[in-house]
Amino acid sequence: MLQIYCPYCQELREETEFSYSGEAHIARPLEPQQLTDAQWADYLFFRTNPRGIHHEMWYHASGCRRYFNATRNTQTYEIYETYPLGQQPALTCDIGGKR
Amino acid sequence: MSQPNRLSVGGRIDRSKPIEFSFNKRSYEGYAGDTLASALLANGVNLVGRSFKYSRPRGIMGHGAEEANALMQLGQGAVTVPNPKATQVELYSGMVATSTNGWPSVEFDLMAWLGKLGGPFMPPGFYYKTFMFPQAWWLRYEKFIRKAAGFGHISQQPDPDIYDKLNHYCDVMVIGAGPAGISAALEAGRNGKRVILADEQCELGGSLLASQQNINGASASDWLGTAVTELASMANVVLLSRTTVFGYYDHNFLAALEQRTDHLGPTAVKGTRQRLHRIRAKAVVLATGAIERPLVFGNNDLPGVMLAQSVSAYINRYAVVPGERALIMTSNDSGYQAALDIQSAGRTVVAVVDCRYHAEGRLAQMARAAGIEVITGHGVIEACGSHSVTGAVIAPLDQAGDQITGAQRSVSCDLIAMAGGWSPVVHLSCHTGSRPVWDEQLIGFVPGPNVQQQYCAGAVVGHYTLAHALSGGAAVGAEAAGAKVPEIHFDCGDETEAQAQALFLIPHSKSVSRAPKQFVDFQNDVTAAGIELAIREGYESIEHIKRYTAMGFGTDQGKTANVNGVAIAAKALHQSIQATGTTIFRPAYTPVTFGALAGRDVGSLFDPARYTATHQWHVAQGAKFENVGQWKRPWYFPKAGETMQQTLNRECLAVRNSVGIMDASTLGKIDIQGTDAREFLNRIYTNDWSNLKPGKCRYGLMLKEDGMVFDDGVTTCLSENHFLMTTTTGGAAEVLAWLELWQQTEWPELEVYFTSVTDHWVTYSLVGPNSRKVLEQLCNDVDLSAEAFKFMDYKAGTVAGIPARICRISFTGELSFEVNVPANQGHFVWQQIIAAGEAYDITPYGTESMHILRAEKGYIIVGQDTDGSLTPQDCGMDWIVSKTKAFSFIGQRSLHRSDTARSDRKQLVGLKPKDPAAIIPEGSQIVMDPNQQIPMDMVGHVTSSYWSVCLDHGIAMGTVKAGFSRMGETVYCPLVDGRTLAAEICSPVFYDPNGERHHD
Ligand SMILES: [Zn+2]
Repeated sequence: MLQIYCPYCQELREETEFSYSGEAHIARPLEPQQLTDAQWADYLFFRTNPRGIHHEMWYHASGCRRYFNATRNTQTYEIYETYPLGQQPALTCDIGGKR
Repeated sequence: MSQPNRLSVGGRIDRSKPIEFSFNKRSYEGYAGDTLASALLANGVNLVGRSFKYSRPRGIMGHGAEEANALMQLGQGAVTVPNPKATQVELYSGMVATSTNGWPSVEFDLMAWLGKLGGPFMPPGFYYKTFMFPQAWWLRYEKFIRKAAGFGHISQQPDPDIYDKLNHYCDVMVIGAGPAGISAALEAGRNGKRVILADEQCELGGSLLASQQNINGASASDWLGTAVTELASMANVVLLSRTTVFGYYDHNFLAALEQRTDHLGPTAVKGTRQRLHRIRAKAVVLATGAIERPLVFGNNDLPGVMLAQSVSAYINRYAVVPGERALIMTSNDSGYQAALDIQSAGRTVVAVVDCRYHAEGRLAQMARAAGIEVITGHGVIEACGSHSVTGAVIAPLDQAGDQITGAQRSVSCDLIAMAGGWSPVVHLSCHTGSRPVWDEQLIGFVPGPNVQQQYCAGAVVGHYTLAHALSGGAAVGAEAAGAKVPEIHFDCGDETEAQAQALFLIPHSKSVSRAPKQFVDFQNDVTAAGIELAIREGYESIEHIKRYTAMGFGTDQGKTANVNGVAIAAKALHQSIQATGTTIFRPAYTPVTFGALAGRDVGSLFDPARYTATHQWHVAQGAKFENVGQWKRPWYFPKAGETMQQTLNRECLAVRNSVGIMDASTLGKIDIQGTDAREFLNRIYTNDWSNLKPGKCRYGLMLKEDGMVFDDGVTTCLSENHFLMTTTTGGAAEVLAWLELWQQTEWPELEVYFTSVTDHWVTYSLVGPNSRKVLEQLCNDVDLSAEAFKFMDYKAGTVAGIPARICRISFTGELSFEVNVPANQGHFVWQQIIAAGEAYDITPYGTESMHILRAEKGYIIVGQDTDGSLTPQDCGMDWIVSKTKAFSFIGQRSLHRSDTARSDRKQLVGLKPKDPAAIIPEGSQIVMDPNQQIPMDMVGHVTSSYWSVCLDHGIAMGTVKAGFSRMGETVYCPLVDGRTLAAEICSPVFYDPNGERHHD
């Protein structure tokens, strides 16, 4: 069970308070109607699903009810950082340069 | 003396406290401090079960969690426990234990002669090969096979015991209270850290409990006593004995099972039987020790063949010598300890057989000095005896231990103690995702790289000498506490050990496939020949070999089997052990009761239940309830003597002909406010909210971004910037999270706020042609007339003097008023409405009649008629999808993807059974051709189906491929019972198709 630091509550809390909300930094296209099916499908369905560093959204459902971002290692489940929406991650490449 | 194998002095048992117990219906006596295993061995009982597959007689081989044979059925009735290991069961007065396997009895076993057929009858892969086809055979034989294979049985009665869960936080979690763990806990504790020290045994001490060594001049036992006293005196240290850390999870989270009263017996139980400790640690010290490996030789499973360390433990800790004439077979120095202990106990050591050509270690020299015969360069190739050991065959081996190099000879003995080297208990480290690493020097797998804040000390990292375990423990204890490593010296006189030899399969004069069975996994009856056969049949991955042979699949998870099995496989594959790798150990380290995992979350505490303000009234009326999410909703209100269908008929007719009332308080309610609330609704709903005036209600449909229907409900405009959204009962929490998601992630510039008010308001639907007449009696400040209060209007006023929000909305097609009042006044208002409705025979109805009434009108229930794969168009609801909104609402783009635009999608239609009396079961598959061979082409399924008393025939809704273009066609529903029901595709609006009734 993970321990997650909520950047709004500024406390380390148990995973049971949170729910996972998918990959982070996927902006909704401003003009969906202008997109081809392939472009829309890319936004809708395709996710990077990396082994290693992953930026993802979490929802503090049983806490402040706010969404935030986390940089997590999908292999070790280590969480390197959490940060508010609208901010960029401090860590963007995998530890040790492995993909 | 009734315990022939009990020594008159020594051990940690209390001879002044005899304990009566029974095993396989015979009575015995042991002492306080015994395990069931030590008490059985004291009584000379060493046949404790029959093996899983071959039904061979089996005895106690170990003294702890590694035991593979001595599985017990413990206790009787509701508290019976299947499969505890006799070696881990503390003896209590009146204990009733039986073997879990051996049918009809352990001594005479029906399966034994089948077992003698052995190899040909049940080779590896037996289950796959024999029972894959035909499947019906498996169904027929499964019961027999399971009984024959038997690993105990569970009680069919409710568990009367209580289990608890506890949460802990600590700085340093030390797992294992042997020398390394005690030493680590002492250092961490002395540095003021919060420490938890857990150990599976009833006493802290681990190997110290049976050690004859000295530590800095004191006996191991005295040193242990002093250390435990110091630990117990520290307020910052929690000591948990009888506590097995069975799982090591992410972010240093650990789960441990504490057995609080199991050792007292079921009659003595007071309070909590077991506790599940959930521990979050800043640092973890694994001091989990090592398990001795058996040696793999012919008939090595005979009762009387035991692990050498276990023999020592029985002698030194329990004062039990499990034999008269012992032969020791060893590949390293530790086997000599058992020889010395047996001789000290006054029994005969026939010889120590050492596969190494040179045995000059400290213990070997001590053994020789004590007059024990040491035979180097030899191996025990076979144990002899039918139900227990009566002798052994030994033979000279080459230096590698691969070949027999000379004449073999027989010796007479009744105990064979085997020391095949040590396997560090890497299980917990493995739980973190770290693959164990093979260490050539240590001849064992050691923990892989740390994934978390984890330290290891003692035998788990190959520090096998007592001095090394103690000093290593102190070092990591300090390190884990963030302190300087102390200068402590431990003198135990055991600093030198000679190199062990890697010996995983002792050769026999016959080939492996023809030799007497050489067991690798005792619990699952996996032999060396079985592993070699699996490889001959093409299995190369160790994970596949494991599954094919079932090696390591027992309740002991192959604790003694794994390394020998991997090594034998590696050799057969002509590759290294490192390259072969080990299978992955997963939680739980030892079996955990479901009771402990469930804790108090059972019965009424299993899941929170939500009740409406009127619940007690419903109960008093004899309502039947159904669960909707966590809510308890009235399902129907039967009167005396009514069948369910009669109740539903009465309720539906009351609504259509006079007036009914339903408690709809469970609908999700979200208060939405802000200057951009209206714009937000435009983006989240499919329809247009731009011109909805205050005082008006509108039905809305919500899609996921993939265009599929997600939720629906009526939203009311209370004032320009204030809306009240209702959601489905089950979808309320998800919808709130959905609204927050979009506002926070994509549209933070919109000023809009969401508040769940589901519990703050009750909602009562007053439905039917007489609903207005009932409400008029209670409401004097709102004009309820058809002219003043139109369909889809909202007005604020009072009902029975209570401030109310009243809406004219309908989910039945009838004239209806939805009355919302604050929940605390809800019950009062409900009673007032019931009283006012008496003249019209007002009839309370539940969810079932609500479902029928709405189905008669073709209204969908999201989650019943939809399943996340239907668009609004698929539901025939294109009318609610705006084509003119400026903003591309959630899901809009997906509605014209090539897939969603297809005309042959499954579409929601009405289904009218050809037989008017038929009710097609919900979930029935729909086909076009009832005579087609199986597998038939299924074109959809029935989503809703009811008897409509108002229409006097069955009605249904369902999805059908291209259903909209098949109006009037006949479809068929083949049923499980062999019947096939025919139905006509029709409009789902069965009743009042022009919607005239609710406009009155
Ligand atoms: Zn928070």
